[in-house]
Amino acid sequence: MASTPAPQPQPKMNRLGLAVLDYRGGKTTLCAGCGHNAISERIIDAFYEMGVQPERVAKLSGIGCSSKSPAYFMSRSHSFNSVHGRMPSVATGAVLANQRLIALGVSGDGDTASIGIGQFIHLMRRNLPIIYIIEDNGVYGLTKGQFSATADVGSKLKTGVINELPPIDTCSLAIELGATFVARSFSGDKRQLHSILKAAIAHRGTVMVDVISPCVTFNDHEGSTKSYKYMKDHEEPLQDVNFVPAFEDIAVDYDPGTSVNITMHDGSQLRLRKLEEDYDPTNRIEAVKRLSLAHEAEEALTGVFYINTEKPNFADMLNMTDVPLATLPEERVRPSRKVLEECMEELR
Amino acid sequence: MASTDVALHEGTDGSSGREPVVNDFSIQVATVNGSGSQSANTVLLRTIFQMGVPVSGKNLFPSNIAGLPTWYTIRASKHGYIARKKEIDFLVAMNPETAREDVVSLEAGAVVLYDEPLNLGSLREDLTFYSIPYDKIVAQVCPEAKLRKLVKNMIYVGVVARLLDLDMTEVEKAIRKQFARKQKAADLNWNAAKAGYDYAVASLRKRDPFRVERMNKTAGKIIVDGNSAAAMGCMFAGVTVVTWYPITPSSSLVETLIDYMKAYRIGPDGKATFAIVQAEDELAAIGMVIGAGWAGARSMTATAGPGISLMAEFVGLGYYVEIPGVIWDIQRVGPSTGMPTRTSQGDILSVALLSHGDTKHVMLIPSSVGECFSMASEAFNLAEQLQTPVFVMSDLDLGMNNWMSDPFEYPEEPIHRGKVLSKEDLERLGGFARYKDVDGDGVGYRTLPGTEHPLAAYFARGSGHNERSGYSERPDDYVNNMDRLARKFEFARTAVPKPEAVADNGNAIGIIGYGTSHWALDESLDQLKRERGIDCDYLRLRAYPFTTEVHEFIKCHDRVYIVDQNRDAQMLQLLKLDLPTEETGKLRSVRHYNGLPIDARSITDAIAAQEGK
Ligand SMILES: Cc1ncc(C[n+]2csc(CCOP(=O)(O)OP(=O)(O)O)c2C)c(N)n1
Ligand code: SF4
Ligand SMILES: [Mg+2]
Repeated sequence: MASTPAPQPQPKMNRLGLAVLDYRGGKTTLCAGCGHNAISERIIDAFYEMGVQPERVAKLSGIGCSSKSPAYFMSRSHSFNSVHGRMPSVATGAVLANQRLIALGVSGDGDTASIGIGQFIHLMRRNLPIIYIIEDNGVYGLTKGQFSATADVGSKLKTGVINELPPIDTCSLAIELGATFVARSFSGDKRQLHSILKAAIAHRGTVMVDVISPCVTFNDHEGSTKSYKYMKDHEEPLQDVNFVPAFEDIAVDYDPGTSVNITMHDGSQLRLRKLEEDYDPTNRIEAVKRLSLAHEAEEALTGVFYINTEKPNFADMLNMTDVPLATLPEERVRPSRKVLEECMEELR
Repeated sequence: MASTDVALHEGTDGSSGREPVVNDFSIQVATVNGSGSQSANTVLLRTIFQMGVPVSGKNLFPSNIAGLPTWYTIRASKHGYIARKKEIDFLVAMNPETAREDVVSLEAGAVVLYDEPLNLGSLREDLTFYSIPYDKIVAQVCPEAKLRKLVKNMIYVGVVARLLDLDMTEVEKAIRKQFARKQKAADLNWNAAKAGYDYAVASLRKRDPFRVERMNKTAGKIIVDGNSAAAMGCMFAGVTVVTWYPITPSSSLVETLIDYMKAYRIGPDGKATFAIVQAEDELAAIGMVIGAGWAGARSMTATAGPGISLMAEFVGLGYYVEIPGVIWDIQRVGPSTGMPTRTSQGDILSVALLSHGDTKHVMLIPSSVGECFSMASEAFNLAEQLQTPVFVMSDLDLGMNNWMSDPFEYPEEPIHRGKVLSKEDLERLGGFARYKDVDGDGVGYRTLPGTEHPLAAYFARGSGHNERSGYSERPDDYVNNMDRLARKFEFARTAVPKPEAVADNGNAIGIIGYGTSHWALDESLDQLKRERGIDCDYLRLRAYPFTTEVHEFIKCHDRVYIVDQNRDAQMLQLLKLDLPTEETGKLRSVRHYNGLPIDARSITDAIAAQEGK
């Protein structure tokens, strides 16, 4: 009765021979429907499809529901859930210690725009090689729904409280301060977020992506400008974002009349099909201006606002030796007896 | 000579009626911040040093860039005492603002060298005055009016050299060293010193007893400040990531370190084996240290009180997530901004217990520039072996003043990276539990990000966690973890530098001191014995947690004086937390907290008073 067993369905593999399972994390403890969970899914897909060795990734976060999420993706990557608002400094230290790591920072709008605004600003200014994601819901989810500094004027809490203070636009800030890849997306815009994240992986410098990520428990009601409904109704993409990794067939055509094509450091292509004529994502001043206009018009503008593939990043500027500082052997970090003798002679 | 100059009774030898005082006095130069007197003072210090006489220099400066009074005190001591001496024997009064008060506060018999227009000579009858027409002398040697203010200082060097019998060839050598890379400046200053000397030969008659005579007690020694010594120590300790935010008195540590690293830590590829970052504040500085330590670098920062306060939350994270890092606290006077340019040991308690929850930190406490150097290597090794932030508690007096020292010894102890699992280890073990006490010393095994093994990663978190670094709020997980951390601290007790039993002769009275108090204690012990007939033993602490030797010392003595340079007897309080109740009654306190380096006389008086002698 022997018969050939039916072949097991082979899981799909990426170019490293890893399955998407290898990029999964622990089971989420966030609320069902929380935007943050969707972002975790996109991160998993992007890193899997880009064929990034999970062991090369360092996940870093602050404190908040959003900052917990690194536990829910890529368990094979080291992770550091640090203190509230200070992830940028921890990430900076980690990258200096080992510049081969791919740093992935996950923060919240409270974590970034309130307690962490100082470190955020300086991170942008240094153009540290890192992908910095703000999971932006306009409230402090973990402390039960108070307004954050990205809440729009006039947006309403469940309790009826109305926000009267102007929001901090983390994208404008990031562009002005020196980040070299700045985008905004929406956790519900699967395709756009996916492409932006893949491009982010190919960039060398600070990638700052503000992802509107509804908090279903505290900020998804009528009157909120960060709800699913509001975003579905109001999202205005600046471009249609496409990304072609270096290891895929780059030759696919694009029309320079209708698309902006950006060649990334590794040869990948970021293709932005213009939905607005003449928007040039390599022009800093124009980008900031466009964001100001969006505020005036109360538009929920998304897309890649700014990209600069030339500017040296912080790790380059420090001229560190190629071997990660963390693993330099003793003979390279402890000068010789002769050097000590020389130092002593100077002081005699 | 001003006719108002009144000499003490002059002796037949043409000097004074008093016994000569050789190699045992202090000189104080009172000037204005920013006037460039620092070079002149260093030249004086070096000259005495080069003549083989033990010497120390203390700069008392304001928190200001230019214009406020500063005092520099040089002490020459044939006995080798290098603590601050309270009494000034020889005042060089250059600052009109403070001159009168400076003169009034001198003890009888002291000498005053003053700028002629200050006209101080008639202020007191029990001092020896010398009046110097600096402006006239300087005009002759320095045609450029702009430079005169700076060069004026070197004139007093020449005058003092003449009066104290300093060897002018040594003065020249010291000037040439001071201006090593600036030939013109060296010549100009040397001429000024000579002019001062010549003036004194021609116009001053020696009327005081103070003199320097050659000895051979400084051969082979070096002169260096504690911050430079620490910087060198860190370089030889193999530091790779340095972060900082400028704050007095710690800035010079990192600034000097930058110079050393650029000179000696650029590889043959022309690339740096280090990264140094000036952070946006101390929160970021310590955050970077923690991030770098987590990822496997030897990381450090240097700061002072206000920075320590800001670092509290992160230091707690370092303790709980168990990440190595070295923090230099160059203590200054608090609370708050306090007196930024004055010294204290005021951070002992707050650092020992820095951050919320049950936290305790390892502190190393250097007393000398030699220990600033050697403790750097010890601190980095301990931080990595214990996987925890380690503090080095220096202070402004040690960090910013020049100290004489034996040359530093090359660190013989190899660099220890602690329990770090490699890819091969993981393969062999088939995984690991980050916070499991495998060896019974409370220290778990860690992996570094980037280790290429699917089982290498762990989730570092400041929230409650179990042995496998999983999130946990279970009471048993929490207690197990905290108890293991306590065990680790007990292990640290056996691993930190032991105290030094400076004097242990079975006396009933013991003294415990630490840090820069050591130098005053060294002298006070002699004073207590010689002047008051009190024999004391003395133990110098070098680390927290306290090793068993400290407990033993207290057990063996009837009364134990703890010398603290702070108001609240912080080390005494810390000892109390550690001691059995029956021992705490023995502890007595000697405290000094006026911002000046502690001196022997103050300790001697305080102990004698409590002993009723
Ligand atoms: C120093 C400090 N202050 C306050 C808190 C309390 N806290 C925890 S999370 C949080 C806000 C988080 O908001 P956000 O970053 O927007 O994250 P979300 O939960 O919305 O994803 C606050 C205030 C803290 N953990 N640490
Ligand atoms: S409270 Fe809001 S932010 Fe937090 S997990 Fe729930 S939905 Fe997400
Ligand atoms: Mg939020």
